[in-house]
Amino acid sequence: MTVLLPLAVVVPLVGAALALVVSGSRPVQRAVSLVAVTASVGIAVALLVGVESDGTAAVQVGAWPAPLGITLVADLMASLFLLVSVLTVFFVLVFAIGQGADSRGIFHPCYLVLTAGVSASFLAGDLFNLFVAFEIMLIASYVLITLGATRAQVRSGMSYVVVNLTASTLFVTAVAFVYAATGTLNMADLVGRFAELPDPLRAAIGLVFLVVFGVKAAIFPLFGWLPDSYPTAPTSVTAVFAGLLTKVGVYAIIRTQTVFDLPELGGFVLVVAGLTMVIGVLGAIAQDDMKRILSFHIISQIGYMIMGLGLYSVAGLAGAVFYVVHQIPVKTVLFLVGGLVEHVGGSGALARVGGLLHRVPVVAVLFLLPALSLAGIPPFSGFVAKLALVDAGLSGREWVIVAISLAASILTLVSMTKIWSGLFWGEVTEPVRDGTGSLRSAHLMVAATAGAVVLTLAIAVAAGPLFELSERAAVELLDLSPYVEAVMDP
Amino acid sequence: MSDLGRPLGGDPSGVLDETVRVAVPIVLIASVFLLFAGHNAPGGGFIGGLVAGSAVFLRYISAGATAHGGVTRVPFEVLLGAGVLLSALTGVASLVAGDGFLEAWTFEEDLPVLGTVKFTATLPFDIGVYLVVLGLAVAVVASLGREADEDLAPVVEPDEVER
Repeated sequence: MTVLLPLAVVVPLVGAALALVVSGSRPVQRAVSLVAVTASVGIAVALLVGVESDGTAAVQVGAWPAPLGITLVADLMASLFLLVSVLTVFFVLVFAIGQGADSRGIFHPCYLVLTAGVSASFLAGDLFNLFVAFEIMLIASYVLITLGATRAQVRSGMSYVVVNLTASTLFVTAVAFVYAATGTLNMADLVGRFAELPDPLRAAIGLVFLVVFGVKAAIFPLFGWLPDSYPTAPTSVTAVFAGLLTKVGVYAIIRTQTVFDLPELGGFVLVVAGLTMVIGVLGAIAQDDMKRILSFHIISQIGYMIMGLGLYSVAGLAGAVFYVVHQIPVKTVLFLVGGLVEHVGGSGALARVGGLLHRVPVVAVLFLLPALSLAGIPPFSGFVAKLALVDAGLSGREWVIVAISLAASILTLVSMTKIWSGLFWGEVTEPVRDGTGSLRSAHLMVAATAGAVVLTLAIAVAAGPLFELSERAAVELLDLSPYVEAVMDP
Repeated sequence: MSDLGRPLGGDPSGVLDETVRVAVPIVLIASVFLLFAGHNAPGGGFIGGLVAGSAVFLRYISAGATAHGGVTRVPFEVLLGAGVLLSALTGVASLVAGDGFLEAWTFEEDLPVLGTVKFTATLPFDIGVYLVVLGLAVAVVASLGREADEDLAPVVEPDEVER
């Protein structure tokens, strides 16, 4: 099974290389991309099945023993996230092909490099390789976010690049701190050595990493770049960014904070979580364009995942893990629907488009299901995720954050209603600009969106076993001895 | 503007062009030397690739973006793709052989004529890196350089044409 770990990174990378070589022919490129992503899905499924039955798997690349070599580790959290991510990547790829977003030869290579970067981030077993994986992912994202090269894209792309480069610089600096303090970067090796450091130093390093990944995950007050840059990119790019990139940031926060084992930061993390939820959702309510509303919701939802970490209990972390699993496809599918709305109506502005329920009822249904899930209405996956967090909050006696999270989900429902009444109800408007007014030429886009909706529903149906897996993942996070054992003495 | 260099977008300068013609093969040989030396001395795929890239830039300075064929006619997409492919497949090859991913192996044999030949799995990996860096240089010249040439090309005034 350990063969699967490097393959999860190398397969999309080889796909990217092939897609570059054949960049003259779009059909061949599409075939290469689809094969590579499908293979990645297969690898991720096999990895999850293997990790579920045999426990954490680790591999030393190049057979250099840990802590010196490059370590790849797959525990339950990493393999769960990996599977949901590559499934989402698959549906967005189909959507992008249907939309013709891949008209530039560089799209497929960058998209596959992004996939490789995301996989590598989940599987990285030491902090420096986590940095490298983040950079692979981000450099591909820099190209994708400015792909159309319009004035607005280049302007917001610049701030995206500058913010991320700044965070990356801080990331390397923080990695240097850890190395100076402990003499190792391998996370399994760190577990024991970090605990020996004086408390203030541990807390300081933990906080620096919280800031680094807080920028990537867009938590309060480091989120300013996100609603500025995401809406301008092409739909399929925004969809995959919205689903994956911030969640990789959340993954890195959970991973590093549990390796550092800093429950004393829990109270601070909860404050940040509450503020992230509230500010994000208030920002969403103030917007009047579908993609902008959804972009602010990304931020608000990150607050919930951080809340699970702040509780620092098995129940809280299980809630956080399940929340990420639910959120990756739900967020992506909402952006895909945003793309369909723009395809039909020519714009995502609530004031300019209306009556889509009559014009394209399919799109209305595809929006409604994930939107209700996002707001946490039973029986959708968002309800299970929020229930788990609220339950964990109650048993941790953190009444304030529970109240805030409930209030924020009511406000989420309000802004989903706003999109619904603005775009789908009301007068049927004529399409503006290049809106087509129908779905006649968008069968593949609709199919991809529907596939992603089915994925979100499947998560709701399988909520029981999935939550059980999340709980086991949370147990592994709080007791890292199986993780350490898998890496240090295989 | 000096007579020695080619102003961006301007005509090639004979002196510079001839010097570069002589220099490019030497630079390329040096880059290959560095590539092979890299196994246990300063050098390697990245450094070798940079030096080969400098040959591409020399050609660009002397003759412009369209003349990069003096170093390679292979499009940068192919160079980049082939490089990544070669490096990644080196890693996969060790997997297929039953070792760990990217695990290095050595081949040492006495061959007729050549004498003792030593060959390690890091070599194809390094050649891949070399190709990627070279491809990057070609890409820079092809995308940025061509545009700079077009933007800065001397504008021929209509009245000059009449005269």
